[in-house]
Amino acid sequence: MNGLFRVFSAIAIAMRAVLRNKLRAALTILGITIGIAAVVTMTALGDGARAKINGQITNLGSNALIVFPQSARASGARTTGGSKLSESDCQALERESTSIKVAVPFLRASAQVVYEGQNAKAEVIGSRIAYLEVRNWKLQSGEPWTVPAENVSEKIAVIGAGTAKDLFGAADPVGRWIRIGRHPYRVLGVLEEKGPSPFGRSQDDVVIMPITTMRSHVRFTRPGETDAIMMSATSPETTDRAKKQAEEILRQRHRIREGDEDDFLIRTQAEFQQMQDSIYGVLSLLLVGIAAVSLVVGGIGVMNIMLVSVTERTREIGIRMAIGAREMDILVQFLVESLVLATLGGIVGTTLGYGAIVGLGAALDLPMKLAPQALAVALGTSTAIGLVFGFFPARRAARMDPVQALGRE
Amino acid sequence: MKDAPPIIEFVEIHKDYVTEAVVVRALRGVNLTIRQGEFVAIIGQSGSGKSTMMNIIGCLDRPTRGKYILDGIDVGSRSNDARAIVRNHLIGFVFQGFNLLPRTTALENVELPLVYRGVGAAERRKRALASLNAVGLGARLHHTPNQLSGGQQQRVAIARALVTQPPLLLADEPTGNLDTRTSYEVLDLLQRLNREQGITIVLVTHERDIADCASRVVEMRDGSVRRDIVNERPTDAARALAELPVQDEHGAAS
Repeated sequence: MNGLFRVFSAIAIAMRAVLRNKLRAALTILGITIGIAAVVTMTALGDGARAKINGQITNLGSNALIVFPQSARASGARTTGGSKLSESDCQALERESTSIKVAVPFLRASAQVVYEGQNAKAEVIGSRIAYLEVRNWKLQSGEPWTVPAENVSEKIAVIGAGTAKDLFGAADPVGRWIRIGRHPYRVLGVLEEKGPSPFGRSQDDVVIMPITTMRSHVRFTRPGETDAIMMSATSPETTDRAKKQAEEILRQRHRIREGDEDDFLIRTQAEFQQMQDSIYGVLSLLLVGIAAVSLVVGGIGVMNIMLVSVTERTREIGIRMAIGAREMDILVQFLVESLVLATLGGIVGTTLGYGAIVGLGAALDLPMKLAPQALAVALGTSTAIGLVFGFFPARRAARMDPVQALGRE
Repeated sequence: MKDAPPIIEFVEIHKDYVTEAVVVRALRGVNLTIRQGEFVAIIGQSGSGKSTMMNIIGCLDRPTRGKYILDGIDVGSRSNDARAIVRNHLIGFVFQGFNLLPRTTALENVELPLVYRGVGAAERRKRALASLNAVGLGARLHHTPNQLSGGQQQRVAIARALVTQPPLLLADEPTGNLDTRTSYEVLDLLQRLNREQGITIVLVTHERDIADCASRVVEMRDGSVRRDIVNERPTDAARALAELPVQDEHGAAS
């Protein structure tokens, strides 16, 4: 009872001392305020971005695999050969592996797409129609092309939602002719909107056409050559097995001897996700580091002001000691004062951070929210800062000699 | 008075200050006994050791050697916290510079010693009010020190010293910052407290006519008691006040 009462009166005394110097208090807590606001905002930003990326990756198809060519290192020297993947690899993968459902070739190029004077930059992808299945991508209007059309290099394409909007506005692109270079292509369908990729590039500014068509009119390659092979496993669970089988098949087809390195690289969707996560892990760590530095700076600010305050109030300390304050009373008084300051900084910082979360969430279209753990950590941290950085000045006050403090020498 | 039990006993009290190889011997074996209910003035020039004496009597400082017994307790060697408790329970301080907390009301200033004694808010307020009424400041409870005159501030300080009902009141140059009239008002208050409530008063001053208000005068010189005499006919501060020329509001004599 007595202890509780003392704590309350100590808080009351501290609040009065803080409010007496409003401007100074505001400047003192600025460091902590910024630090806490940064922690709160960055945590929410990181979580929001991660949640959004995970959503994007899932919509990419969780059982997708990609094969890239890779210059092999035979006996130490890198052979700088061109693309080593071919459409016959695709067919072999599809035919020989039990866990691979579809395997399609993939050629890409950047090009200017034109429709009646409207210009748009787009990524042109040449593949087979099953590419849409691998990417888990559906048409919002029109229809896909047929396999026979692929075989005769028909000048047809399906376009992304972004390209459709850029070229046609609100009009329906299906059945119209777009031009890439000198050649016109008939639009068969428009893809559903996919949003930006995890790395921020728009996936909707795209024109997809049969690989045969692309090879004869847009990008001239050797017959059968492909930049990459996109595959999808029969199910998410068989992805790893699909990867192993694909490795065996390709090593055999490329005549890679036992012990030699692959001339290709297979990435599963899960591996992409892990890469994303580790990138965000590093980013989060960086942000936490910055926040920690600003909190330490804020703490030193509190300590500095508390030292000034102790010096300024030397006489007050002397008076309090003369009329019976014990060392603990003085220590608690100043400790509570720095606690009040730091906690105030924490509360203001959290409020600012919450404002930033709401603002950024709306501006960046991220699912950001104030996590209860972040709130607890923010307030806990600021309290701890008040304690740690307030202790030294408070102890200095408590250890003053009453005679000197009263100026009686 | 001679039969009353002692409240302050100094036995061979020494106090040395060591400053950069120079030892200043502020007190050189002081023996002094002050009994309960006495009104003692300690007089001396600056450097005579009277302030050091005051610091030790008030348990603000420790003697280098010797024995100090306050109200039956050997306090000379006690810890800081123990001496803080002794100050809170046994001693009321009145300083030359008033030493009130700035920006804090008279009432809150007077309540402060009770805060450190752990007295509840309601009880604190009650006792602070009584104490301020006793020094005639019942109408200025919520004034801060800078809204009060010097005399009023010193009354607040006296009220604060009395609120714990200590047996001993230590007044260090209590009139040093006051004009003659206000000085006698404060002295009158101290004399009445001594006479009516039996509070022991130790007053430190360098002014002879202030010291004349006490019933015993201890004169310090070079860290020792030079003279210790009983003042058979102390100045009655109330009468001295009445004999002062009347002043108007602006303080000019008429």
